[in-house]
Amino acid sequence: MKPRTLKLRTVRALPAILLALLALAAWELAVRVFAIPEFLLPGPSAIAEVFWESRGLLLEHAIPTAGEALAGFLGAAITGLLSGVLINRSPLAERALYPWLVASQTLPVIAIAPILVTWFGYGPLPKVLVVVLFCFFPITVATVDGLRATDPDLIRLMRSFGASRRKTFFMVEAPGALPFLFGGLRLAVTYCVIGAVIGEWVGSSKGLGFLMIQDKAQFEIPRLFAEIAVLSAMGVSLFLFVALVQRLTAPWTLRER
Amino acid sequence: MPEDPIRRKLVIQYAPKLTACGVHLAKGGVRILDGVDLEVESGQFVAVIGPSGAGKSTLLSLLAGLESPDAGLVEKDGVPLVGPGAVAYMPQSDLLLPWRSVVANVSLGLEATGASKREAREKAMRALERFGLEEFARVSPWALSGGMRSRVALLRTALLGRDVLLLDEPFGALDALTRRELQEWLIGVRDELAATIVLVTHDVDEALLLADRVVVLSRRPARVALSLPVELERPRKMAVETTEEFAQLKGRLLEALGIVH
Repeated sequence: MKPRTLKLRTVRALPAILLALLALAAWELAVRVFAIPEFLLPGPSAIAEVFWESRGLLLEHAIPTAGEALAGFLGAAITGLLSGVLINRSPLAERALYPWLVASQTLPVIAIAPILVTWFGYGPLPKVLVVVLFCFFPITVATVDGLRATDPDLIRLMRSFGASRRKTFFMVEAPGALPFLFGGLRLAVTYCVIGAVIGEWVGSSKGLGFLMIQDKAQFEIPRLFAEIAVLSAMGVSLFLFVALVQRLTAPWTLRER
Repeated sequence: MPEDPIRRKLVIQYAPKLTACGVHLAKGGVRILDGVDLEVESGQFVAVIGPSGAGKSTLLSLLAGLESPDAGLVEKDGVPLVGPGAVAYMPQSDLLLPWRSVVANVSLGLEATGASKREAREKAMRALERFGLEEFARVSPWALSGGMRSRVALLRTALLGRDVLLLDEPFGALDALTRRELQEWLIGVRDELAATIVLVTHDVDEALLLADRVVVLSRRPARVALSLPVELERPRKMAVETTEEFAQLKGRLLEALGIVH
C-alpha cells in the first residue's frame, strides 16, 4: 500500500477513534462519579486491569473458540458454495432444496444446540456445527445471486465462441459471482464467533463461552467484560481477514465503478 | 451436403460464404423476420442497415448460429449452420471481463475453445503487437477509453481466426469523434483481418464508408428492401463522404429506409 493512502486511511478513521476514546472516557468518569459497584458495571480501567492479569487464561480459552469459529466458517463456506452452485445449476435442486434451506433459517439455532451436544458430546464438533448452521445461508444466497447475475450477453458471447457449458461456468459465471460471494462471506464471518460462543454456552469444558458462564456464576463481572472485548476483537479480525483475502485474490471486486 | 469429396469441395468453393434464404423468425408471437434473403460472397464486406427494432441484430444472431429460424435456411459455405462456433461474432457491448487484463480478454475466445492458456496468450500478445496495442496488454479494461475497449473487443473476435466476422453495431456506443477514429482504423486493418464481414449499423454514412454492399431491411417484420453495391474507390478515405457519388448512394439508402421520398 502506498504511504499516501495509508495516511489518508488514518485520517478517515480518526472520527471513529475519537468517538471511541470519548465514550470510554465518559464511561470511566460515570463509573467513578456515581460510584457504580464493579459487579454492576466496571469501568474501562478495571476491565483493562483484569484483562492484563488474566491474559494467560483468556488466551488459553480464546484458542479453542477461534478454532471452532474458523472451522465452522470454512465448513459453512464449503456447504454454502456447493448448495449455491447446485441450486443454480439444477432447477430441480432449486425447487427441492431452496424452501428447506430458507425454512432452516427460521429454526432457533440456540434451541438446536443442546440437541447437537447430546448427539456429539462436549467436544468441538457440536460447536462447529452450530457455526455452520449460523453461517452457511448468507453464503448460499450470495452464491445463487452472484451466479444468477451473470450478464446473459456474456453467456451468448461464450456460446458464439463455441465454448462448452463447463468453460462458460469457470471462465465467466464463477469469477463474475465473486463480488456477491465475498459480500456473503463478509456477512457470514461476523456470525461465526457468535455461533461458537452459543455452542460453548450449551455445554463445554473450555473456550471463552465456557469461561463466560463460569465468571457470571462467580460474579467476575470485569473479566466477563474482558471476554466480550476479546470476542469482539476476534470477530473484527476474522472480518478483516476475509477482506484481506478478497483484496489479494480478487482486487477487481473492490474497484468502484 | 453431398457425400462425394470432390463435389463437396466444389460446393465450398463456389457457394457464397454466407446465405440466408427465406428466413422467417417470430419471438413471443411478434413476427420479426419475414422471408429475409441475403447472400454474402467470400471476402465481401456487407453492411446491414434498417430502422431500429427492424431485426438487424436478430438476423446477425441467426448468421452466428445463436438462434435458428422458424422457416428458411442459413448456410455457410453451402452447408446448413447447425449451431454457434463456426463464425466470429461481436455483440453490441464490448463485454470485456474486469478480472482479465487486456491481453487475457483478447485471448478469451481461444481459451474458451480449448487452446492452452499459454498458447492463447502468446497469440493474443502477437495480435496486440500487430495492431499497435501492445502497450495496453497488461492494463485492466476499466482503465481503457471507450474507443480502446471497442478495439480490444474487435481483436478478441478477430483472434478466433474464423473466416467470417459478424459485427453488431460495434461502434454504436461511442461518441461521434471516436466513431470516426474507429471507422478509419477498421478500414486500415480490414486486409489484415482477411475475412468476410457482415456489419450491422444504424449509421448510413458508416455503412457506405466501410462496406462493398449495403443491405437495407424494411420495418418489422423485416424483408430486404434494397441491396445496393457500393462502388467507391478503395481504400476509402474519410473525404469520400463529400463526393457526389457518395451523396447519390446515400440518397438511395435514405429513400429505401423511408426517410426521404
